[in-house]
Amino acid sequence: MENRKSAKELRVIAEGIRLVTLQELEGFGSGHIGGSMSIVETLAVLYGGELRCDPGNPKWEERDRLVLSKGHAGPALYATLSLRGFFPKEMLSELNQGGGHLPSHCDRNKTPGVDMTTGSLGQGISAAIGIALGNRMNKSDSITYLIIGDGECNEGQVWEGAMFAAAHKLSNLIAFVDWNKQQLDGFTKDILDVGDLADKFRAFGWFVQKVDGHDVGAILDAVAAAKEHEGAPSMIVLDTIKGYGTFAAGVEGNHHMSFTKDQMDEAVKKTAEKLEEARAAAAAEEAARRAAAAAEEAVKKAAEPPEEQPPEKQEEPAEKAEEDEAPAEEGEDNV
Amino acid sequence: MFKVCDTFVKSPTLMRDTYCKALMDLAAENDDIVALDADLVSSSGMKPFFSAYPDRAINVGIAEANMIGIAAGLSVVGKIPFAHSFGCFATRKTCDQVMISAAYAKLNVKILGSDPGVTAAYNGGTHMPFEDMGVMRSIPEITLIELTDPVMVQDIVRQVADIYGVHYLRMARKNATAVYEAGSSFEIGKGNVLLEGKDVTIIASGIMVSEALKAAQSLKNDRISARVVDMFTWKPIDQELVEKCARETRAIVTAENHNVVGGLGSAVSEAVVRTSPVPVEMVGVKDRFGQVGTEEYLKNEYGLTAAEIVDAVKRVLPRKKRGLFSF
Repeated sequence: MENRKSAKELRVIAEGIRLVTLQELEGFGSGHIGGSMSIVETLAVLYGGELRCDPGNPKWEERDRLVLSKGHAGPALYATLSLRGFFPKEMLSELNQGGGHLPSHCDRNKTPGVDMTTGSLGQGISAAIGIALGNRMNKSDSITYLIIGDGECNEGQVWEGAMFAAAHKLSNLIAFVDWNKQQLDGFTKDILDVGDLADKFRAFGWFVQKVDGHDVGAILDAVAAAKEHEGAPSMIVLDTIKGYGTFAAGVEGNHHMSFTKDQMDEAVKKTAEKLEEARAAAAAEEAARRAAAAAEEAVKKAAEPPEEQPPEKQEEPAEKAEEDEAPAEEGEDNV
Repeated sequence: MFKVCDTFVKSPTLMRDTYCKALMDLAAENDDIVALDADLVSSSGMKPFFSAYPDRAINVGIAEANMIGIAAGLSVVGKIPFAHSFGCFATRKTCDQVMISAAYAKLNVKILGSDPGVTAAYNGGTHMPFEDMGVMRSIPEITLIELTDPVMVQDIVRQVADIYGVHYLRMARKNATAVYEAGSSFEIGKGNVLLEGKDVTIIASGIMVSEALKAAQSLKNDRISARVVDMFTWKPIDQELVEKCARETRAIVTAENHNVVGGLGSAVSEAVVRTSPVPVEMVGVKDRFGQVGTEEYLKNEYGLTAAEIVDAVKRVLPRKKRGLFSF
């Protein structure tokens, strides 16, 4: 993808998502903060440009799909979708409210941009397989993305799906497992040790990559490699910290927790600072890129005789790309 | 419109063959028809479909929960999946997947559960679903149908493909007694009055429909006029017809190849007590597990016979309280 965002730009998007998710949860006073925080960077990569979608037309048939099988991480997805422009930020206050659009677990019939209803763990993989299989039958080039939890891998259905996807060579399925090492009752190694997730999926026949799940650049590269890989479904094992970037990071009982106003204010403040740092870094990178491009242009102009040039056409894609993929900017305005 | 056969003999056509043919006819017209099975293609009679449409036929292996989830996913992108397993596994092993991935998600999934109740015969207690409809009946917005004979299979499969939503079909795989003449058509959600009568209504389903007709015949000798209804749609139940029968005959007997707990007896009783409380007797499995044996042996063992229906009618008639209700 030519318009792929840089890691620094994606960092801005990630911090924006983290900030808005925290604000969303703060409004409710408690929630699934742990599993929401651990997938923020992955959502930033997907909705920062890797996942084909149209916020103005959430049901666009040609779109890529995301099945967030760990449906309890809905708050992070809702923040992402709102930043991407699927619905107004004000709607985030509807989290867990009766009659609202944002239930605690994802619901395809309630929230614009949510592609599948999830929450009963283990079921998302099968649904994602069905979508990928259907797209293959329909000769569509859409990619189906899937995010499962490591605790979720306790469910037998995950392995039924793992076997099926590999046997049917579903290379249009790109999955992530959020290896945050914790589940509701404690650490996964203590509750039901799943062992080495990468080895397990590899043994089932998947194309497996393991990355730092908080490194947007690494996730971006892994997604690119997964898109290139033929003949097998992809599993990207995200090495993450449950509750990353907040007071909840790695602490016990962070699957679903209540928090004080002070705790949350502090987390919001810290994240806002990180967002500013990320923006500054991205802006510096952009300035450097422009300077380098201008210098290169100047060198070219000096070298070439000024003859017939069709310069108009070259500028268009660049402008369009900025318009199309500007979730960060929208998010920043909202933040 | 439907026409009832004059005599009741086993249909020469296997139910499963009609099912397969109906799906193949649909598949020929509609690219979105997809068939799924969980390692029971040889049993379900779907081999011809799997040979003719290999790209739209998926054998998921012995993984029913995954099959229902995949079916749900297929329907997300516009496919119309028909998934089969034996009724016991198609419901007990998939209850949560049908509930959440299919029904709660408001998707378009068709499920066939074969070998209902005593028709599981030699497969025995582990494979004998007396509970499949009960399990499914507690899921909101689902449509539950028990297919009576091949003529109904032909018509209903086609209708179900056209109606968006989750449908669970229950059907014997092999021979069934032919009740309807070829070309009959049916309305989902409406019971069929097969025989008029004024003293009692027998509301039956599946293999018990022909038993009910036999019972009505025998009751005639005792000068008892029995109305017979084929209530092939268990959910949504035909509330209007149940009320009408309660009003006009003032006594009801239900007959099902299923546990009366959570089954047709329950569904009819719920409909009756709401507005027209009349005595109801239930013929069916009385909260017991299945066991191995021939279908005939099992029908006698569980009291799924015309004689049992006759007895139930004779029990219910003295309970009628004429003049108690204003209707």
